[in-house]
Amino acid sequence: MSASRLATGGSDIDRGRPLSFTFDGRRVEGFAGDTIASALLASGQAVVGRSFKYHRPRGIWGSGVEEPNALVDVDSAAGRVPNARATTVQAADGIKVRSVNASPTAETDRNAVLDRFARFLPAAFYYKTFMWPDWHLFEPRIRAMAGLGIVDPDWQPRQVSDQINHHCDVLVVGAGPAGLAAAASAAAAGHSVVLADDRTHPGGSLRHRAGEVDGVEGRAWVEATVARLKGAGQLVLSDTTAFGLYDHHLVALNQRHADGRPDTLWRVRPRRIVLATGAIERPVPFANNDLPGILSADAALSYLRRDGVLVGRDIVVATNNDSAYEPASALAAAGASVTMVDCRREGDAQAKSDIRVLAGRTISAARGRNAVQGVQLDDGTTLAADCVLVSGGWTPTVHLFSQAKGKLAWSDQLAAFIPGEAIDGIGVAGAVAGTVSLSDTLASGAAAAGDFGSSSPVPRGTGVEATLGVVSLWPKPKASGRVWIDYQSDVTAKDIELAARENFVSVEHLKRYITLGMATDQGKTSNLNGLALLADITGRGIPEVGTTTYRPPFTPVPFASLAGPRRGSMHAPVRRLPLEASHRASGGVFQEYGGWLRPAYYGGGEAGASIQEEARRARQSVALFDGSTLGKIEVIGPRAAEFVDFIYYNTMSTLKPGHCRYGFMLSENGVVFDDGVLVRLDEHRFIVSCSSSHVTAVHARLEEWRQDRFGRDAVCIHNATAQYATLTVSGPNARQVVEALELGAALDDASLPHMAVAAGRFAGDEVRIARVSFTGDRSYEISIRADRAEALWARMQHEGRAFDAVLLGLESLMILRAEKGYIVIGKDTDGTTMPHDLGVAGPRTKGASEFVGRRSLFTEAANSTDRNQLVGLALREGEAPLATGAHGVEKRDGRLRSIGFVTSSYQSPALGRPVALALIERGAARHGETIDVQHLGVVRQATIVAPCAFDPEGRRLHA
Amino acid sequence: MQLFPCPFCGPREESEFHYGGEAGNLRPDGADVTAERWAGYLHMRNNPKGATREVWVHMTCGEFFAMSRDSVNHKVSGSSVLGEAEHGR
Repeated sequence: MSASRLATGGSDIDRGRPLSFTFDGRRVEGFAGDTIASALLASGQAVVGRSFKYHRPRGIWGSGVEEPNALVDVDSAAGRVPNARATTVQAADGIKVRSVNASPTAETDRNAVLDRFARFLPAAFYYKTFMWPDWHLFEPRIRAMAGLGIVDPDWQPRQVSDQINHHCDVLVVGAGPAGLAAAASAAAAGHSVVLADDRTHPGGSLRHRAGEVDGVEGRAWVEATVARLKGAGQLVLSDTTAFGLYDHHLVALNQRHADGRPDTLWRVRPRRIVLATGAIERPVPFANNDLPGILSADAALSYLRRDGVLVGRDIVVATNNDSAYEPASALAAAGASVTMVDCRREGDAQAKSDIRVLAGRTISAARGRNAVQGVQLDDGTTLAADCVLVSGGWTPTVHLFSQAKGKLAWSDQLAAFIPGEAIDGIGVAGAVAGTVSLSDTLASGAAAAGDFGSSSPVPRGTGVEATLGVVSLWPKPKASGRVWIDYQSDVTAKDIELAARENFVSVEHLKRYITLGMATDQGKTSNLNGLALLADITGRGIPEVGTTTYRPPFTPVPFASLAGPRRGSMHAPVRRLPLEASHRASGGVFQEYGGWLRPAYYGGGEAGASIQEEARRARQSVALFDGSTLGKIEVIGPRAAEFVDFIYYNTMSTLKPGHCRYGFMLSENGVVFDDGVLVRLDEHRFIVSCSSSHVTAVHARLEEWRQDRFGRDAVCIHNATAQYATLTVSGPNARQVVEALELGAALDDASLPHMAVAAGRFAGDEVRIARVSFTGDRSYEISIRADRAEALWARMQHEGRAFDAVLLGLESLMILRAEKGYIVIGKDTDGTTMPHDLGVAGPRTKGASEFVGRRSLFTEAANSTDRNQLVGLALREGEAPLATGAHGVEKRDGRLRSIGFVTSSYQSPALGRPVALALIERGAARHGETIDVQHLGVVRQATIVAPCAFDPEGRRLHA
Repeated sequence: MQLFPCPFCGPREESEFHYGGEAGNLRPDGADVTAERWAGYLHMRNNPKGATREVWVHMTCGEFFAMSRDSVNHKVSGSSVLGEAEHGR
């Protein structure tokens, strides 16, 4: 191949702005406006990559998104983009471009030898051969030999990808003549329009093919039309690929930026969609049709006119249609010697005399090693050539139409599938809809705007109109040599024949068996040739064989674009305590618990020792704890009491104002869903204090039952969790510390007994003081406006100093509650645990009033005798704590079986021995029994006891 | 990404909604409900192909509502505030 840059010409390049970059370490010169592909061609680089499986040398085939061969890794200041198509990435000064699947370079790949063994490596060879003893033994080395680009594992985005949601009246995909006509028509009718095109410059085929619109040269008409749209404030997006069409008119587009910014994701929701996505030229089947120097005829014309690149000097053009004659003539005019090999008897009547036409001939094989050197025709004659252009017809780009569940129709006249029955709200226009002449294309564009179009005159082609005259030139079975169907997946005609022999005759099976169309190009150039061959082999028509399913994305989209800002700490943002800064100042070490970022322990010392010390000191005098994450959901209204009775397993309507009660919420299948304290402030006002990590779920549940069963006027539900901070004082000296806070509330046990609530004030703000305890010690939970909590917390710490108060992190609180046998839902319960499994037997089952989950408590399963029940497990002094998750085991009929598992396990500083909670089969009736507990193969003994290990009489609650 | 019409807020993206179950799956009250009836309420779903009527919740406004849509072509034919049929009484 001897491609070169011409001295003049090239509409897309700026010869005044030269640039250079490296390809496989070699310096490549180009101009601003070049794609990597056009600069590589201009520099005479024939081999730009190695094929996926056989390491065959491959060159540039296309000029746009269809490119199957020229995948490159691009390193720039913005980081590495792997597997970029060289045909769509703009060349830039200083970038480093590397071929993929080639080492050390594409030209001198050391695995090229693989191709000599190709006859031993048919489709599915690896899976069939390396079955024994284990595929995974061979997989790493096989994968290292195949594959594409290399991901940079250290890649970090310099900035976040923008994601933009946009609404408009009409979205036009494709800014070729059809798309421009559609956009112009909709804009003229006063509608808002988004026009998106995946190329840098609008115009589509009019940018490199001859055309005249309303007497104006095609490119000038494109520029004028785009200028008019932009002038009217319409959005024209270049380098923007519409890659997915989803339900209800959502179109996803990925926009690339030349200035190094990360890609932008657009979610556009138009009222009407116009698909003017064009068509892609097909390869022509002959042996060795994958050699570098064999490329799409249309691409060659594009390189000539857009980039001033002549792809060869001695050119053979193989075609089955008229569209290859314009490239042939143009290349001849640019100085190349051109021979047409037209499979049709007549050739094209418009053919000029400057090209030689061999009508009724086809190429049977190409010759050459690392680049094409000539061809052999079906009549045995040979032609020398340094470049072969092919045009096997045009495949409409129906991807988005099919994603919209549009049905395709086979057109014999076009030898292709085109959109069938119209879809509401989606118009198709231009080559995708099967138009050939410029006038038809423009007319179909204006018509595709539908109700959103204007009645102004439709632009018309006024030059020579294009014709197609395509005849079928499909791959045939039993052809000699290796006829390549899918370049990127390295699939040959023989592979398809093999698959058909092995009865993979469904097109979806065929695709997966031999990976036809499964590479990153998704078979844009290969699918139809593959289907046609399968149809021939199996004696079916192409429409009968059908296509595989088109799925998004149309072209690969960077994960960074899809993720946008939802990465790192923004992927699942944590909720934060109002007093986080204060806790950090106190040495709090933070961890995430159920979506909340909370202090695990304080002081920054060794974690285990710090936690033990906090738990030990909490039992001695007084502890301060930030419980602001506890749910505070208000239930207010005339039927509030009836409502909480229905929500809770326990009877709550008998609760007196100013008091609290502990209770369970069940799910409808009777399983304990949440536990917590319900506060009754007055006759019609309750506060549901649910588990920290359950607030959202409990709130949603309350709303559901309110709306579904009680109605909007009966109850009002307000989630006030974030509006209050709840600060807890716990321990034998808790009352003295709270008294020192001077909250103005009577704290004697007669006025404020355990499970009662009082109102007070702190620095002018109302506070709520609740005597509830999660430690087993006398405790006061003080709730205050979140924005005024800082001063109260500071005062608590100040007053606590006289009592050697300790700050409790969540980890030491877990020890204190486990010593008492207090459960954490979801930790000490699982998806089968019912109230009676927790020792709370039937207070409501006999009553008349209904509650959530009630009926499920009467099922056979609920009353079976072998349920897992909450117990404590006691170990001897000096033993290490059991592993959480360890299973209780027993031998039955000679087999080891699980009888439950450890749910919580800690070393108790107050008791000087480990404590554990567990769910054990028939546990409630087995107190005193010693069982085996197995973890990681080690079996230990533990004795089943009551869950409460510390102060079982509960004296400390009142001490 | 589908658009669902919240009767209170208008059309919004489906990611703002949660499915709330088939409309008309009435809750039988009482401890005497037969096991079959209770199991039907808890577990048995019609999962119709084609026209469906479902309860959804719009999480951003917190309102539950009934929506009619087609489970095959995803066309939404309308939505309404919870009525008698969905209330369960």
